[in-house]
Formats: sequence, C-alpha cells, structure tokens
Amino acid sequence: MFKILKYSFFDLIRSRWSYVYLFFYLTLGFVLLFLNNDLSKAVITLMNVIIILVPLIGTIFGVMYYYDSKEFTELLLAQPVKRASIFLGQYLGVAISLSLSLLIGLGLPFVLYGLFQSSAIWDFVLLLVTGTFLTLIFTGLAFNIALYNENKIKGFSYAILLWLFMAVIYDGLFLMSLILLEEYPLDTFSIGATLFNPIDLSRILILLKLDISALLGYTGAVFQKFFGTGLGFLMALSALALWVALPLLNIYRKSRKKDF
Amino acid sequence: MRIFFIYKIVFLIACFSITTGWAKTITVCNTCDITSLKKAIAVAEAEDTIFIKEGTYKEFNIIVDKPLIIKGENFPVIDGEDKGEIIRITADGVTIDGLFIINVGTSYTSDHAAIRVVRSEDFLIQNVVLEKLFFGIYLEKSNNGKVYHNKIIGDAQDEYNSGNGIQLWYCKNVVVDRNIVQKTRDGIYLEFSDNITINNNISTENLRYGLHFMFSNDDVYTNNTFENNGAGVAVMFSKRIKMLNNTFHKNWGTAAFGLLLKEINDAEISGNTFEENTVGINIEGSNRITYHKNNFIRNGYAVKVLGACYTNVFENNNFLYNSFDISYNSRINDNVFVNNYWSSYTGYDLDRDGIGDIPYRPVKLFSYIVNRTPETIILMRSLFIDIIDFSEKVSPVFTPDNLVDERPKMKKIE
Repeated sequence: MFKILKYSFFDLIRSRWSYVYLFFYLTLGFVLLFLNNDLSKAVITLMNVIIILVPLIGTIFGVMYYYDSKEFTELLLAQPVKRASIFLGQYLGVAISLSLSLLIGLGLPFVLYGLFQSSAIWDFVLLLVTGTFLTLIFTGLAFNIALYNENKIKGFSYAILLWLFMAVIYDGLFLMSLILLEEYPLDTFSIGATLFNPIDLSRILILLKLDISALLGYTGAVFQKFFGTGLGFLMALSALALWVALPLLNIYRKSRKKDF
Repeated sequence: MRIFFIYKIVFLIACFSITTGWAKTITVCNTCDITSLKKAIAVAEAEDTIFIKEGTYKEFNIIVDKPLIIKGENFPVIDGEDKGEIIRITADGVTIDGLFIINVGTSYTSDHAAIRVVRSEDFLIQNVVLEKLFFGIYLEKSNNGKVYHNKIIGDAQDEYNSGNGIQLWYCKNVVVDRNIVQKTRDGIYLEFSDNITINNNISTENLRYGLHFMFSNDDVYTNNTFENNGAGVAVMFSKRIKMLNNTFHKNWGTAAFGLLLKEINDAEISGNTFEENTVGINIEGSNRITYHKNNFIRNGYAVKVLGACYTNVFENNNFLYNSFDISYNSRINDNVFVNNYWSSYTGYDLDRDGIGDIPYRPVKLFSYIVNRTPETIILMRSLFIDIIDFSEKVSPVFTPDNLVDERPKMKKIE
C-alpha cells in the first residue's frame, strides 16, 4: 500500500494541478493578510472559503484522479497486489497531497505574518484541522462515487451533485425543516442535523470559536454548551472521523468485489 | 511648641474671619481636637467648612444636616467597614469635595450608599473616589445639584447583590459630568428623574447597563463613553431624551447591545458612534425618533427593530461593515431611511451626484427568517444563506418592500 501511496503522492506532487492549488492558497493567504493585517478577521474570511472550496476541490480532484489513473490501476490489478491497498494507496496519495497544499498554502503566509505571537493561533489550527478533515472526507466520497460509476460523465455529475447537496441543498432542507417545525423545541434536532453534514459541522465548530458566536444568541449558547465542553468537541471530532472512516471502509469493501 | 500652636490657631481664625466672614473652618485630623467627621458636623454651624486632613477615618452613618462644605485634603479615607451607609446629606447647599470613601455595607433590605442625598437642593459632590461600594452616589428627591468629576470603582460580581454607581430617584435639574464609573451594576441609573444633564462620563465594565433610564423625561446625555458593559445604555419608558455624540463600544455578548430603546417617544439620537456591539441599537415600541449622523461600525446587528416602531427617521447615518444592517420582524414599515451610507451598497451613480441610482434594501432575507425562527441563526455564513439573500435582494418577496433607502449615499458621510 505504501509503495502505491508513494507513487500516487509523487505523481500528484509533480502534477501541475497540485501547484495551482498550492499557489491559490498562498496568494489567498497573502492577499488577505496584506489587505487586512488582523489575523482573526482573516480567519473568518478563510472559513468562508474553506468550507466551500475545500470540499469542492476534494471531490473534483478525487474523481478526476481515479478516472485518470484507471488504466494504471488496471495494470496494477494484474499484479499480485492486494486490491484494497491499491485503492487506499491512491486515495491517501490524493488526500495527503491536497491536505499538504492546504496546510502549506495557508500556513506559510500566516506564519510569516506572526501567527505564533497572535491569539488567533488556536482558531487557525482548528481551521486547518477542519480543512484537512474536509479534504479527507470529500476525497473519500469522491473515490466511492468513482468506484460505483464506470461512466466518467455520470461519475463527475454525481460528484458535483454530492458537493452541491452538502454545501447548499442540505442547508436548504435544514432551514425548511427548522421553519416547519418551529413550534417544537429544535435544539437537539439542530445539533443532530449539523453532526450529519461535515460542512455544517466544520462551519459551526469554527464560528463558535470566533467573536461572531455572540451573534448566534440563544441557539449559539445551546451549541456552545454542547460543543464547548470536552465531550462535545470530542463528539464533533469523532463525527468528522467517522465521516472519513465510513467512505474508506466502503472503498475497501467495494474494491474487493468489483469487476474490472 | 505650645506657643506655636496658639499662634497657628490665631492665624487661622484671623485668616478665615477675613476671607469667609461669619463662616469658620473646622479641621479634622487624627491628631486634632476633632478626630471624626461626625463630631465636626455636630459642632459646625451652617455655612461652615469642614476640612479633613489626610488619614483614615472609620465612620459610617454620617448625617450632614446643615449646609456645610466638607473638603478633603489629599483624599482622606472614610472607611465604612462594611457596616452600612456612609454619608447622608439631608440639608440644602452641601458640598462634598475630595474624599476617598470605601467599604460601604451590603444590605438586601436597604440600599446603602457611599453618599446619599435626601430631599436636598443645590448640592455639589465632586472629586470623590469611591471603592468597594454597594451603591455609590444615591440622589433621592433632590434637585438642582451637580455630581462632578468623581471616580467610582465597584467590584460587582452578581446583579442581585450589587448596587448602582450613580443613582437618581425622583430628581430634577441635576448635572452629572466627567465621572468615571466602573464595575458596578448600572453605571448611572435614573428613575423618575427629569431635566438631567449627563455629559462627558466614562462608564465601563458594568454588569448591567452603562446608563439606564426609567420613566425619566427631557434628559440629555452627550459625549459619554460606554464600553464593555453588559449592555451599553438602556432607555425605557421615557420621553424626549436627547442622545448626542456618545460612543458605544464593545458591548459584546449574547444578550448585549449598545443602546436599548423601549417605549421611547420623541427622542433625538445624533452623532453617536456604535462600534463592535452585538446589537448597535435595539428598538422596541419607540416612535418619532430621529437618527441623524450616527456611525454604525462592525456591529453584529446595526439596528434591530422589534415591532411597533412608527415614524422614525434614519438620515445621514453611516452603516459600515455590520453583519446585519437592519433587522426587522414585521412586514409593515412606517419608518424612513434616507440619505444613509451603506458599506454593502453595490449600486452605481451614473449622474455623479453622490446619490446611488438604485435604491438600497437594508433588510436581508436571512435576518427576516432569523426573526421568525431564531434557531435558523445556526445557518449563518453558509453558502445557501448567501444565495437566498442574493435572490431576495434582486426581487424582494418577504422583506417589507417599502423598506428601502431611495437615496443611498455613494461616499461615507463625514
């Protein structure tokens, strides 16, 4: 598995898109901090970018990489290598290289602008942690979609649809259900609903850490009470970890049975 | 030594009989004949001056029942030892100047104050420092006085067992000027008090409000600073209050706001700066108020309107980088927004007259939804919300369609 991981990783490291992705984050980080020296304000703006863009790039990249390296995969399958290790290796190659681009691309400008002296360091670390989680989750989901769909076009559209669902439609349904059920106590429901969507969960985890959380009022206080405790935070992180683990298990299961 | 002492007394008596006519000066110090303020008041006659030298005086329940000038040198300490009220003024024309009063007793049945003025006129309380207090300066049914340049530093922890810094109850024509009030329950509290002028005070870190009006009419407050209070200023059930050039800063928290207006009519709010408050102004049941030349900078909500507010005018204000400019919970609008500058205005000005060509809608759909179902606030800053806000901006359906600024300014109003 590690050989394949290494191969995929270096293959991607050499590819143009990794650099484009890295440079995008570098410029974003530098421009943000150049325009506004306030690190904690920059964290808010970055949050908006990260919770939308990271899942999108993760999904697209994951699907793209799977279809692109399909011939190579088929070649590998003819060798005496475990099937699961081929796909997991590829997955980890993509996910790790994307995460590295994110970490270096955002970390570098912030470190240069004095992150270590700033009080925003933990907010920023949380931002990077959730960003990495989102990369891992959405690349995994993308690999699942690709494994189930031989047809490239279909695979791509499902991937885009998945992103659209998680980033936009889910919130729409969430909003509708909150309004329709407004007569009932909604605290537990809304905490549950956020746990089910990694994008929402990341957004709220970051929001609660920032000043802006005061705007959330009563509902925010309920969320703060839940996620503010060690147990709640642990639960949030395990929910994210579960979101990573479940697609991976499915890749493992599916790749063993799949015909090529 | 003895001769020197006699000399001194003769000199002092000579001096003061020339300068003050009939009134005499009584000196209080730890080594003098008179070692306590209580005793000094007992021997003093009307119009006398009591001069307190540096030192610590452990006294409480001091009643000033004749017109005296009580003056401290180098802030003599009057220590109440937490036993109760410290100074009570019950006569007209009393001046208290330059004392350092500490350890006012806490009581749940009577409001012990460091200085209480009861049914008296023409008082002056100045240069007083109060610490470890329950209530600070408590004016009760007293008129035509002045509270000037005092420093009140409390140590309030909970609302139920702390008092207010400066409290006015049934007072008229009092000036409260240049005071510093910190860490009390309400910094300055007015109840049934009319024609009060509150200027140049700095009220910070109070548990509840920096300044609080209840049933008080025709009052003016200008150039005050309210920072880091539980909530900045609350004006409730009062009429004709003028609020000019004040700064409301960092009143931040889940239930905090810069200025709360509840049942306020005919007020004027001009030239104030609201910066980094959770809610800049929270308005409930308030009519005929003019908002003019205020700055709303980086607040959560700049203005939150909660129903039954009619004929208010917002003119020439700056709304800069607030999460929500205006929040509105009804679809009926009777208030006028005109000639304001909105930092999130995206229109253009083809004829270059400084007025945007397309009207600005300050109410976002999301703020309308949040008002309806508060739990939905949890979706703040998600992409879906940005999308519906945008579509509502293009074609308003839910937000009051006449709530627009027809003449938004293109440049910030100086």
